[in-house]
Amino acid sequence: MRLGVQAASQPGAQDASAGTPPAVAPSAASAQRSVRSEPLICARGLVKRFGSIVAVDGIDFDIYLGESFGFLGPNGAGKTSTMRMIACMSPVSEGTLRVLGMDPAVDGAKIRARIGLVPQEDSLDLELTVLDNLIIYGRYFDIPRRVIRERAKRLLDFAELTDRAHSKVDPLSGGMKRRLTIARALVSEPDLLILDEPTTGLDPQARHLLWDRLYRLKAQGVTLVITTHYMDEAEQLCDRLVVMNDGRIAAEGTPHSLIERYSTKEVLELRKPLGMTGVAERLAGIADRVEELADRVLLYTDDGDAALEAVRLREFPYEHALVRRSTLEDVFLRLTGRSLID
Amino acid sequence: MKLATALDSGRGRPFPLARITPSTLLGGGRARRVVERNILVYRRGWIFIVSGFFEPFFYLLSIGIGLNKLVGVVEVGGRAIPYTSFVAAGLLAASAMNGAIFDATFGIFFKLKIVKTYDAMLSTPLGPADVARGELAWALIRGGAYAGAFLVVMAGLGYVGSGWAVVCFPAAVLVSFAFSGAGMAATTYMRSWQDFDLVSLAVLPLFLFSATFYPLGVYPGWLQLIVRLTPLYQGVALLRGLDLGLFSWSLLGHGVYLLVMGALGLAVSARRLSVLVLP
Repeated sequence: MRLGVQAASQPGAQDASAGTPPAVAPSAASAQRSVRSEPLICARGLVKRFGSIVAVDGIDFDIYLGESFGFLGPNGAGKTSTMRMIACMSPVSEGTLRVLGMDPAVDGAKIRARIGLVPQEDSLDLELTVLDNLIIYGRYFDIPRRVIRERAKRLLDFAELTDRAHSKVDPLSGGMKRRLTIARALVSEPDLLILDEPTTGLDPQARHLLWDRLYRLKAQGVTLVITTHYMDEAEQLCDRLVVMNDGRIAAEGTPHSLIERYSTKEVLELRKPLGMTGVAERLAGIADRVEELADRVLLYTDDGDAALEAVRLREFPYEHALVRRSTLEDVFLRLTGRSLID
Repeated sequence: MKLATALDSGRGRPFPLARITPSTLLGGGRARRVVERNILVYRRGWIFIVSGFFEPFFYLLSIGIGLNKLVGVVEVGGRAIPYTSFVAAGLLAASAMNGAIFDATFGIFFKLKIVKTYDAMLSTPLGPADVARGELAWALIRGGAYAGAFLVVMAGLGYVGSGWAVVCFPAAVLVSFAFSGAGMAATTYMRSWQDFDLVSLAVLPLFLFSATFYPLGVYPGWLQLIVRLTPLYQGVALLRGLDLGLFSWSLLGHGVYLLVMGALGLAVSARRLSVLVLP
């Protein structure tokens, strides 16, 4: 417990969780949610070590019924290790973890029976057809065949795979495989759906289709736990999220509150000429904060156009300018001094 | 992925028998889901049933007819018996070993490391012990089917030693159990396909030197002692003794050896699966 860093003790943490009534859900879930006392998942001082490597370094978080909770961070931040501990697929090295009120070390099988896992790498059964993948996965949960067949029909529809039901898995596109993996995770009608990097490696169209499906689940009141290194994905899907870096939680809150707290309203992005130096001095005073990246300069300000005007007046030689609103990417940069995707 | 193809065209053969075998007896609990999955995979591979019958048929016919001409009669336990009966029991044991080893090594490695079947299984309520027991149960179903086919061919060619040959069926399944367990355990330690050369390196001498083709008496004393300690010899001696109806306490010893070997393999496999898939 003592090890527990940030998150819970951070100034933003409390107001974040208080100010996050999970969006919508006209389902049975909402009735239960009004009693928002017991979190579905609760971690305190959670640590995961592999030999001498510390993958997760003492994190605290609570995830509540019906919310869509995100772990945002670059590769190697400890997101997947955290997911695997929640899914009872990796023993906790230190600290406490309760999932659905149970201890993974004791009740792993019971917890897994109520979780749907969409792992980072699709682990679909390549020796079976699309439909059989759903059927056998349901059988692992001891669900009667008749019930699975019924659900499979709906799930194939949901995943837009009905016409591929009798196809083998291998020829499917990446997006289709991903949707099938999600459908498979839903066959047991889990209380909790865990998605590890759900859209990594997909083209934009496939991503949007997948997001749409996840939205629908969210609207039905399904509790989602998502890891991602895409800030747009986190902004789109998460009611609340933690920013992870080097196995620790750097900040927690709603996407909006994080941007408000750690960044300015707008950002002026300038593509700078190659090999240019002394940028910070030349732009001093124009913005609240200036970040210099390898190829770009970011000026954080509440009025991007005004800043651009000022840049022009100083005859700063940029190649391309863009005024945009702040994103979680900027939050991450501010918190860690690194980009999310390098 | 060429080995995946090898797997498909190899011994991936189902039997209608598998559908009616109560896997609960073999695996029990959730382990039966693993068997169910394998049945689902192989249910359309009826061609393997045919090859499952012809493989022993060719084997027995060639060695039986060919070598029988040269050898004629062999003495076992003071009794002169036709070479065909002598070698058939040995080949039954060797075939049970080969089938079990092939499935337990290539088959398990493929699912464990290549297509990650167990990653998916272990994200459900199934545990490592369920998976290990289920795979072993499946190996026994298949091993039983092969052994049954083998015995039928043996009987059809008139190569059985006595009416006791019927008891060879469960004994051959026991041989499958021992080698499946051990093979699965060994597979969990393999890092790449290259390591499978070691399997061949172990299996070939077992096949050739375990008194499969000629009596143990032809070896010098020290080699006899070594052979007596090796696993396939237990199977060969057990099946030959049963086939000829030559009962002795040593048969019990062979049976216990194989039982312990399979059980140890199973325990190690479950432990290793946990370490590998659920780090």
